[in-house]
Amino acid sequence: MYEFDFVKPSSVAEAVAALGEEEAQALGGGQTLIPTLKQRLASPSKLVSLGGIADMQGLRLDGADLNIGGATTHGTVAAEAAGSYPALAVLAGHIGDPAVRNRGTIGGSLANNDPAACYPAAALASGATIVTNAREIAADDYFDGLFTTALEEGEIITGVRFPVPEVANYQKFLQPASRFALVGVFVAKYADGVRVAVTGASEEGVFRWTEAEAALSGNFSADALDGLTVAADGMMADIHGTKAYRAHLVGVLAKRAVAASA
Amino acid sequence: MPKDSGIGASPKRREDNRFLTGTGNYTDDINLRGQAYVHFLRSDMAHGRITSIDTSAAAAMPGVVQIFTGADFEGVGGIPCGWQITDKHGEVMQEPAHPVLAQGKVRYVGDAIAAVVAETAEQARDAAEAIELDLEELPAVVDMKAALQEGSAKVHDDLTSNLCYDWGFVEENKPAVEEAFAKAAHVTTLELVNNRLIANPMEPRVAVGDFNRATGDSTLYTTSQNPHVIRLLMGAFVLGIPEHKLRVIAPDVGGGFGTKIFHYAEEAFCTFAAKALNRAVKWTSSRSEAFITDAHGRDHVTTIQLALDGDNNFTALRTDTHANMGAYLSTFAPSVPTWLHGTLMAGNYKTPLIYVNVKAVFTNTVPVDAYRGAGRPEATFQLERVIDKAARELGVDPIALRRQNFITEFPYATPVAVEYDTGDYHATMDKLEEIADLKGFAARRAASEAEGKVRGLGVNCYIEACGIAPSNLVGQLGARAGLYESATVRVNATGGLVVMTGSHSHGQGHETSFPQVIAEMIGIDESMVEIVHGDTANTPMGMGTYGSRSLAVGGSAMVRATEKIIAKAKKIAAHLMEAAEADIELKDGAFSVAGTDKSVAWGDVTLAAYVPHNYPLEDIEPGLEETAFYDPANFTYPSGAYACEVELDPDTGKVSIARFAAADDFGNIVNPMIVDGQVHGGIGQGIGQALLEAAVYDDDGQLLSASYMDYAMPRADDLPFYQVDHSCQTPCTHNPLGVKGCGEAGAIGSPPAVVNAVVDALQSMGREVTHVDMPLSPSRVWQAMQG
Ligand SMILES: Cc1cc2nc3c(=O)[nH]c(=O)nc-3n(C[C@H](O)[C@H](O)[C@H](O)COP(=O)(O)OP(=O)(O)OC[C@H]3O[C@@H](n4cnc5c(N)ncnc54)[C@H](O)[C@@H]3O)c2cc1C
Repeated sequence: MYEFDFVKPSSVAEAVAALGEEEAQALGGGQTLIPTLKQRLASPSKLVSLGGIADMQGLRLDGADLNIGGATTHGTVAAEAAGSYPALAVLAGHIGDPAVRNRGTIGGSLANNDPAACYPAAALASGATIVTNAREIAADDYFDGLFTTALEEGEIITGVRFPVPEVANYQKFLQPASRFALVGVFVAKYADGVRVAVTGASEEGVFRWTEAEAALSGNFSADALDGLTVAADGMMADIHGTKAYRAHLVGVLAKRAVAASA
Repeated sequence: MPKDSGIGASPKRREDNRFLTGTGNYTDDINLRGQAYVHFLRSDMAHGRITSIDTSAAAAMPGVVQIFTGADFEGVGGIPCGWQITDKHGEVMQEPAHPVLAQGKVRYVGDAIAAVVAETAEQARDAAEAIELDLEELPAVVDMKAALQEGSAKVHDDLTSNLCYDWGFVEENKPAVEEAFAKAAHVTTLELVNNRLIANPMEPRVAVGDFNRATGDSTLYTTSQNPHVIRLLMGAFVLGIPEHKLRVIAPDVGGGFGTKIFHYAEEAFCTFAAKALNRAVKWTSSRSEAFITDAHGRDHVTTIQLALDGDNNFTALRTDTHANMGAYLSTFAPSVPTWLHGTLMAGNYKTPLIYVNVKAVFTNTVPVDAYRGAGRPEATFQLERVIDKAARELGVDPIALRRQNFITEFPYATPVAVEYDTGDYHATMDKLEEIADLKGFAARRAASEAEGKVRGLGVNCYIEACGIAPSNLVGQLGARAGLYESATVRVNATGGLVVMTGSHSHGQGHETSFPQVIAEMIGIDESMVEIVHGDTANTPMGMGTYGSRSLAVGGSAMVRATEKIIAKAKKIAAHLMEAAEADIELKDGAFSVAGTDKSVAWGDVTLAAYVPHNYPLEDIEPGLEETAFYDPANFTYPSGAYACEVELDPDTGKVSIARFAAADDFGNIVNPMIVDGQVHGGIGQGIGQALLEAAVYDDDGQLLSASYMDYAMPRADDLPFYQVDHSCQTPCTHNPLGVKGCGEAGAIGSPPAVVNAVVDALQSMGREVTHVDMPLSPSRVWQAMQG
């Protein structure tokens, strides 16, 4: 690690002000950022912890929407969304290990937008809204490829608003070493249609599988996906899986997700 | 009835008290007054020429004490290799220089170029980043077969090629083997890869060098499995420090698995720098550094062929292996694919003719050396895989084919130069069939099928050779060391004992099991015995722990020393009881005179030895302390039979281990609980190799699996509950305890069981798959299913 200053403001406004400084960076749970600092791959001059901002903590059910504060940990979501949005709670409960879940936050995960992360699939499949200090961004407009998002420099995710689906399910196929998603598929059924989001697979990051959505919106059963495939072209390939394998898993996991939620 | 003390009992491991309560004393816990820290600047290029290195800006950074480069080590020795192989033409192997810091060229990602010593570890790292370095990139040599082609770039410019040696074994057998193949009724051929592994002990390597200006003595604290070996190699070959001026201490060591046997450059550097700077110098490897500097294991590419006659008897075997040495020869690297591999190719079978060819190859990768099993897993894997393939080709039961070819008479001289003293392979197979409940397999397969899963069964045998010896033989085979072990047993005046052993415990439990042996011999409580190890200043010259040798060799030395103690104590007891020495019996911690009710307690005798008022001073010396060096007459040959059941998800190719059974013959058992633990751990590592682990390099020599994000270690939920049994016991005939060694068996025996099971599952689905290379990742298995 290089040396840096550390501040822990108690309001969003103070945090935004602190982040206005040259080379200041937000710190969520630090589960991605701290290892990066330890490897000296980043050198912020100041870390602005979001952990002391009460407004960014916790879950709140407002009618059909579940609002989650941007600094809420995976562990809290796993425990507290179990009644309101069980598929999301299960997803959060299978991120990393207990230490990661007790520190890592939903805002950090969405800001980081790791192509193998879980939350992006949930946000995109739920048609969630990313709420920042400055604006509201629809999930469809938010994810922008690998590790890139619509966030501006210094912009903070203060919360995420999830429309709660009728049924939903997340299927995560573990990358054997990291246990991130080698492929993850999140299926969510709403009154006005089904949304399917895929993480871990594409070279472009998390994406919606629109053919599957169309098929499932007409007939919400695993059979509706028979014969549908995603193209291997454009999938990621690494030592854990080829493009063809990832494309194949998308189909298998989508069916499983539908079967598990139907 | 299970015993509650002595040989055969399972007392809880006393060392776990400190390991589990955070009170161990590991090398990184050692901090010396005024110590400085070193950070190594390492190559991020696999192969390159150092065109310039400018340390002036870095040297001016805060806290920097001194920066060392290769130039500072001109005239200092290089890291030696401990084994010289003579090839099939009678030529000795090519042995490149191995400097402490790179000179002229870098040869793998991780090769140390410069060492910055500073007041703090962070300052050292900061300064290392300020070193101005120019590397001219050279083509990386990664693929072993390409490395041997004419015109390949050379890892070492001064060698004639990238071939370290071309070993033929037994060269004289070759024509007869060829002839047997020509006459065979059936030949099975299999090409396979034994995947490169990284040991990943929980504790990364650490070295602390110290120098005492007043006495001129150097001390090295290091994470080693064999401090005496390090003292000899480093003192005599690298730094020129005689042993009496050099002390090496390996305190608590958090796992070794082979990778802490070897003498590493960082150890030599810290010792050298401590003297040069007259202050202690410490290096603690980061986990990232461990991936690119700890010696890797395995990495063989093999073609094996088995010849059978019309009655399915094995008539001949030949195997052709490329073994990766990496960029330099690590301490025992040359011995692994040769004497620890070729000599095991007979396995449990009476194949009369065997020929083994091994080409050892230099590449621009981390040096490769012994890893749990070392050579024997590579031998077992190919042999048990080719037998399985043969059974499937011939349509015969794989177990029946094995049984038909078992060696049944002992001692048995194999065609690959070793003689098995004892074994009973039918007995272990019988036991396996029982504990694995092979009869129930069909029902379990049906149950899996009902859940949409495909179940496969894999069975195999293994033989291993532990406690490699005797020294005069291994010397002829090229070892530059002896392979005895030592022990000093010191009895204190009030009867307690301290055993100073040359063995080293880094998780194996010697502090518990060794006292059990002494307690049994004398008839006293185990708590009266303490084990001291790991410090060259207070243990006799010993060779350390690897190759499952501690109890078989180190334990035997301890028995020999204790026998000397008992013999002397009997003399003293005879004097005290005014009886003839021949009439003295030792039982339950008391000496008695046969046929009388006269007796003296163990403590009376030990007290007399140190307070010799009533003592035969004219016949024997006071005191009660004896040393023994034990050089075994032969290896020991543990053996066993393993069975694995896998469940395969036909949609994703994911393999889970449903059941795993191991029936081992380790000879006599001192602590059954510890043996269970060794087998469990070994199987865990074997399953890791089979399903998960792989060190993967890209074509440029970059390690792609350089962290736990990509190197998959086995975790608890990857592993099943095991059925293990070691009730089949054919004691070793040539060591006093009749023990064989159990540390590596699990890692040797389990990979072929897993792969055999997966192939069985795939074939049961109608796929014509005969082999899948490890690790059997979901992606690979799915690919194999696509046909
Ligand atoms: C061992 C391990 C296993 C893991 N497994 C998984 C897994 O299976 N699935 C998965 O999805 N993830 C996994 N993760 C990642 C984990 O979920 C991280 O917690 C997450 O990616 C980052 O969240 P964080 O709060 O820790 O963010 P930090 O590490 O603190 O920050 C990450 C980035 O986001 C920025 N940031 C943080 N919070 C905000 C905010 N509110 N607004 C704007 N920017 C912000 C930071 O500036 C930084 O750039 C794993 C991590 C580890 C260490």
